[in-house]
Amino acid sequence: MSIEPKELQAPVWREPVIHQMGAAGRRGVLFSRVEDEIEAGVGPAENLIPDAVRRRDRPALPELSEPEVLYHYLRLSQQTLGMMGISLFGTCTMKYNPAVNEAIAWRPEITEVHPLQHEDTLQGTLEIVHGMDLILREVSGMDQFVFQAGGGAEAAYVNCAVTRGYHAARGELEQRDEIITTIQTHPSSAATAAMAGFKVVTLPLDENGYPSLDALKAAVSNRTAALMVNNPDDMGVYNPEMKDWVRIVHEAGGLAFHDSANFNGIIGKLRPRELGFDACMFMLHKTFGAPKSGVGGPAVGAYGCSAELAPFLPSPLVAFDGSRYHLDYDRPQSIGKIREFWGNVPVVVKAYAWSRAMGAEGMAQVSDLSVLANNYMEKGLVAIRGVTRSHPDAKLPRLEMTRYSLQTLKEETGVDIHDVQNRMSDFGIDPPWTSHEPWLLPEPFTPEAGEMWGKEALDTWVAVVKKVSDEAYSNPEHVKTAPHKQAVHRLKPGATDDPKTRATTWRAYQRKTGR
Amino acid sequence: MGESTAHPYMANSVPELQREMLDAIGADSIEELFSQIPADHRTNRPIDLPPALSESELTRHLIGILAKNRTVEQNLNFLGAGSWQHHVPAACDEVVRRNEWLTSVFGEPSSDHGRNQAWFEFCSQLAELVDLDMVGLPVRSWGGAAGSALRMASRLTGRNEVAVVRAIDPERLSVIRNYCEPVEMANHIAVRLVGYDPATGLMDLDDLRAAVGDQTAAVYFETPSYLGVIEHQGAAIAEITHAAGAELIVGVDPLSLGVLAAPVSYGADIVVGTIQPLGVHLNTGGGVGGFIATRDDDRYAHQYPSLLISIAETIEPGEYGFGLSLFEQSSYGKRDKGNDWTGHSVYMWAIAAATYMALMGPKGFEEIGGVILQRAHHAARRLAEIEGVRVTFPSGFFKEFVVNFDGTGREVGEINESLREQGIFGGKDLSQEFPELGASALYCVTEIHTGNDIERLVGALTKAIAR
Repeated sequence: MSIEPKELQAPVWREPVIHQMGAAGRRGVLFSRVEDEIEAGVGPAENLIPDAVRRRDRPALPELSEPEVLYHYLRLSQQTLGMMGISLFGTCTMKYNPAVNEAIAWRPEITEVHPLQHEDTLQGTLEIVHGMDLILREVSGMDQFVFQAGGGAEAAYVNCAVTRGYHAARGELEQRDEIITTIQTHPSSAATAAMAGFKVVTLPLDENGYPSLDALKAAVSNRTAALMVNNPDDMGVYNPEMKDWVRIVHEAGGLAFHDSANFNGIIGKLRPRELGFDACMFMLHKTFGAPKSGVGGPAVGAYGCSAELAPFLPSPLVAFDGSRYHLDYDRPQSIGKIREFWGNVPVVVKAYAWSRAMGAEGMAQVSDLSVLANNYMEKGLVAIRGVTRSHPDAKLPRLEMTRYSLQTLKEETGVDIHDVQNRMSDFGIDPPWTSHEPWLLPEPFTPEAGEMWGKEALDTWVAVVKKVSDEAYSNPEHVKTAPHKQAVHRLKPGATDDPKTRATTWRAYQRKTGR
Repeated sequence: MGESTAHPYMANSVPELQREMLDAIGADSIEELFSQIPADHRTNRPIDLPPALSESELTRHLIGILAKNRTVEQNLNFLGAGSWQHHVPAACDEVVRRNEWLTSVFGEPSSDHGRNQAWFEFCSQLAELVDLDMVGLPVRSWGGAAGSALRMASRLTGRNEVAVVRAIDPERLSVIRNYCEPVEMANHIAVRLVGYDPATGLMDLDDLRAAVGDQTAAVYFETPSYLGVIEHQGAAIAEITHAAGAELIVGVDPLSLGVLAAPVSYGADIVVGTIQPLGVHLNTGGGVGGFIATRDDDRYAHQYPSLLISIAETIEPGEYGFGLSLFEQSSYGKRDKGNDWTGHSVYMWAIAAATYMALMGPKGFEEIGGVILQRAHHAARRLAEIEGVRVTFPSGFFKEFVVNFDGTGREVGEINESLREQGIFGGKDLSQEFPELGASALYCVTEIHTGNDIERLVGALTKAIAR
């Protein structure tokens, strides 16, 4: 590993906020005027609006020509690092978003189709949605998938709503008012459970890196509605007692939901249903090759469950009778809707395309290469001064992620993880993920290599951490003032929260600054 | 150890590279690296899928399937009802498809600068349309925005009942009911529906007065309503709402705000709505997205469940960047103690919408609003001239209107089938959702529908009814 990282330079466009651009009277798009006979028939538009709600002022929007708008946003896109650099963003299963999938998803057979069209005119899309359902059933062991959720957190919310429906149908919902989760399960499980009206019981970790079986036994009771848990967790730690967990929750009358967000590390190796889980969730926008797009979306949280829970799923489901596909709305026990229409269809199409391009062997190779890459990087990272690994007593190889700490580096140099993230971007590394809240480990960072990046990219990533560590020990101020090569410098601390300076819109900024 | 032919999506699917990496780790095989997983957790049945396809095979396979669809380009479409066909400028698509945004995650404000600025510009431009200082990053749908706003109001007032207009999309109402929790839950929010005047489609104010009291957290209505009607009693509704100490939440189609008054002008406290009409294609329903906007006031700011992005100075004098605001109050910051929950949303549609609003400018919104009003009213008048066809609320609507076929003796389903045979997608059938409206359909006419399109519809409908 003899890579000497080189600083790069991000585009510095100093692009104004769009309200500062343009000139009065410019136009970016025109609309054909109505025909004279229509104008004559219905009269002026303003007469068609009730007087009380006619807009009197013009919205203070910028006035720009088409190329000004286009190039402004293209310049902004250039000031977004993402995978144009090396992005090993943990807990996100970042992977290649194939160009062919984008090309297909932007065809008019998808973009120019209305979701309320008659089924006869939707047979192609329904076939793909059903095909994706079958692929996910095979991968997970579940009996039915639904794609209505617009992301992983919303799929967790679907699980909470399905849990309510299941227990309500048995007359036990008032009694079963608790959902159990773990502190290393994604915040969305705890948050959606609370928003759905459940009390949340969060289990802490023990020294193995996962909660003890005893902690679970103490938490479970006849008030338990469900367990919501990921495995492996966001540190690449796999709880080997998970079958017992599911059994214990089932014996208490609760349901078990597997947040399969970290499935990249186990795809092809196990099926949530075979471990006893009643339901699971896949992020088609990450794990199945569709773009994540920031924090992000449009996305799909594909929610799958056992036949026993299927009647409670949101409507509609896509059904196949052997010759035609249907949208099945006739489902009396359904929880109804959690989002309008039936899901982000373009994302489902991209995930289907990815799955068909990978095949079974390709999918199995995803977890092989992800886990191999993570362990390969770990070898390099733990050798760097100031870097330690979480749960040092848990000796077995981590799966697709490892959680590290820079606490030693911080104590010895004053440089913290935030400084390191910023400095890494000067070398073209998309700043790494730290950890979800709360930080159980101080100064955390969590790379996830995934299967897309080559060995050279992994070597470069590790070499940049090494380089920044060296700088922290030799010239800490240079790291603490990073980035030096990005589009802009770091923000003034606290400025986005302080009510005196916080401004989510240009007009608020103008009011608060008097500009 | 993997297949001998490398896969184009996986750079390390070359056996020699895997061997080098294993040697560096000191492991004999990849399999060893899975030793955390107990043997009895491992599946004994490998995934069984059809063989992997090359890119050319995949393209052919997908296009073959998709050819079974019929599009609104091939047909003349009058379906709306939550997913509306407007012209999408090509520049919107060019911008939103950039790989730089698609492959971004969440780095630092400096490395995500351009994307964050585009998001800020989405919020800032929408703020001008709704005339409010605080706009959150987009939420997943209009229904999600309305449900979140009702929960915000419940937290703000400590009350657990809301009054919601009955002339609402049943899908959106179902989303709202899920957000308000079933009756068994301790924090259940009761949803009380407020009727509409059968002659005008406007909210029945007597019914509203009867529904609202000191138990009411919020009143929610939409303009234009689901049935297309421009609700012009906003000031009276606000007075009744505020007299009860409740929050007024108004749902809007922002495309109408070049010609319709911003709801804050007649007393709205929280404004929600859709962003799909702002430069996002139908996408088979996958174009939906929502927003939440309020005054920039801590009372509201601290209740947002969604993420907020703020402009801020950087450490370099005269330079600014964009970072998350009030992140700590979200579920990312506080798990189950945060405001409801957030997660993936429709952030790329925010960029499409930012591009759209910038192209439109104030004049564009004014013009499109006028063109839609004129075309839609022309269409309604022409349809009402067909024998047996009636437009239920013949004036005071924006782009959608209810067409009643009771006088024809035909069901909407059979009429739409005949239209489909003639290359036309008729309006959404309301017969089941709103039985009191009889055999009715919701027609959507926008700036894309020409006079000739309307004549084609009139001819086709006449034929459909006659046979």
